[in-house]
Amino acid sequence: MYLLRLALASLGNRRFTALLTVFAIALSVCLLLAVERVRSEARASFANTISGTDLIVGARSGSVNLLLYSVFRIGNATNNIRWDSFEHFAKHRQVKWAIPISLGDSHRGYRVMGTNPDYFSHYRYGRSQPLNLSQGRAFADDPFEVVLGAEVAEALHYRLGDQLVLAHGIATISLLKHDDKPFRVVGILARSGTPVDRTLHISLAGMQALHIDWQNGMPARGAGKVSAEQARALQLQPEAITAVLLGLKSKIATFSLQREINEFRGEPLLAILPGVALQELWSLMSTAEQALFVVSLFVVLTGLIGMLTAILTSLNERRREMAILRSVGARPWHIASLLILEAFSLALAGVLLGVLLLYLGIAGAQGYVQAHYGLYLPLNAPSPYEWSLLGAILAAALLMGCIPAWRAYRQSLSDGLSIRL
Amino acid sequence: MTTPLLALSNLGFAWPGQAPLLDIASFTLQRGETLFLKGPSGSGKTTLLGLLGGVQQADRGSVRLLEQELSALGSAARDRFRVDHTGYIFQQFNLLPFLSVRENVELPCHFSRLRAQRAQQRHGSVDQAAASLLAHLGLKAELLQRRADSLSIGQQQRVAAARALIGQPELVIADEPTSALDADAREAFLQLLFSECRDAGASLLFVSHDQSLAHLFDRSLSLAELNRAAAPQEV
Repeated sequence: MYLLRLALASLGNRRFTALLTVFAIALSVCLLLAVERVRSEARASFANTISGTDLIVGARSGSVNLLLYSVFRIGNATNNIRWDSFEHFAKHRQVKWAIPISLGDSHRGYRVMGTNPDYFSHYRYGRSQPLNLSQGRAFADDPFEVVLGAEVAEALHYRLGDQLVLAHGIATISLLKHDDKPFRVVGILARSGTPVDRTLHISLAGMQALHIDWQNGMPARGAGKVSAEQARALQLQPEAITAVLLGLKSKIATFSLQREINEFRGEPLLAILPGVALQELWSLMSTAEQALFVVSLFVVLTGLIGMLTAILTSLNERRREMAILRSVGARPWHIASLLILEAFSLALAGVLLGVLLLYLGIAGAQGYVQAHYGLYLPLNAPSPYEWSLLGAILAAALLMGCIPAWRAYRQSLSDGLSIRL
Repeated sequence: MTTPLLALSNLGFAWPGQAPLLDIASFTLQRGETLFLKGPSGSGKTTLLGLLGGVQQADRGSVRLLEQELSALGSAARDRFRVDHTGYIFQQFNLLPFLSVRENVELPCHFSRLRAQRAQQRHGSVDQAAASLLAHLGLKAELLQRRADSLSIGQQQRVAAARALIGQPELVIADEPTSALDADAREAFLQLLFSECRDAGASLLFVSHDQSLAHLFDRSLSLAELNRAAAPQEV
């Protein structure tokens, strides 16, 4: 205990260098923990995106592409699915429920998804959690009703009853807006931590109404225009949709129906198992994720090497201190222990400050990260894995402390009680 | 006849690959004696102090302190034996600047259980022993909590003396402790040191090149004459 007090007093005497060292370690620890936390939260959020859906069906492309646009609202479909194909499979004897998805429009950077009310009752995320409305209701008969994801409502400050205009296409800034057919917010979904939070949900009829007077990708002009009121009176049956989520009566039928869809003669379709595609997608991303983790490990190593350098550099100018301690009875192992305790104290202070910085960072950036990246970073206590990382950092610091300790030990033996400086 | 506190006989030492540095046929220091050892540069003074502290080991001969042959002890035991029975005062006082005056004085008691026990027996506690020694050496109580490096040279020297004396070591070795003082302060400090050594029952081995102080001691010797291998090499 006395040695620790001596080590701390000695560090206090070199407080500027010590503080810089602590800060370097703290930043590296903070970075490592931040990367780890983002990694684990991203993985959890990723795996929890969709559950309870047995097959996702889209135009024939790649399984990852289909998963990306149908579930994560990233990228575009290569082609649409005809409505009659949807009806064909929706009525299939093995299919319990079928949710049509129609994508292509956006609102201030957030994707708009056309679907039917079944979406709210059958879509599951996490551990088979259903979507819940925090306010209002699902869209009903009026085609110009919209249900907002939690993040959309929060970020854009929308409330029930607000009117909003959707834009054609998925660009953040769109020049083509459906401003003749505004939508009214009728419901806001509770937060799910999935891409649903970043989606505006409208009915398929609404999606059809938006484009009913469009030709060749351009809105009609003059007499060709169809107003919102006129649209309401029309039969708004979609001709094509983007994808279909299927729930089956029996899981055993999954592979046979998948094969049936993939061999469908009506049009080229692709059916994927969400779990398999998620795994495939994560394995693509895990290389980058692991690389990021390794980089942050090296940053920690750099911080610890900085500490080692600071201690080693100070050794020569501290030979007098060591010799004084020897003259008052400190044995060489006392001197070595002092150096190890010094390294441990620096690392411990760095780790504590790093954890503090992490929590301050999470508290400060939580809202922003969630709004912009859809990643919820909880202010939880460190996980067992994070504790083990912190323990490993302290163990590495102890190990590194042995290097200056050994040098000081040798030095104190050769210097003895005299200080030849 | 009582046995001497410290006895060297037929002592020889050379650094590896170098000519012999120390060759002392016989040297003794009696219990309670104050001895002035004139040690000019090159006389082997630093090496001799290392041998007396058991930090270095002689190539031949014997170093006996309190009838204990130092070479018979292992390295760790020699370290323990040194701090239990020897206090050092250095030329530059060698206080740890980041500790308070009191903490500097109490340092040996943290590394020697024997000295801590003696301090407690004589003064009630280690803290009390430090305060009492510093008071005897003329240091005001309000200075005890000050950082050692905030004191004047004279005050630092007294702190160094108190540190050497705490826990009543049988031998106090002072290596040029007065070189930074003027003549009056030098003599006053020595009188204080004598008095404290007497009270503690310690012998004083005072190494200096300043011959003018020699008359104040019980006995005076020249290391250059004592050391048959002395040559003007060591600084």
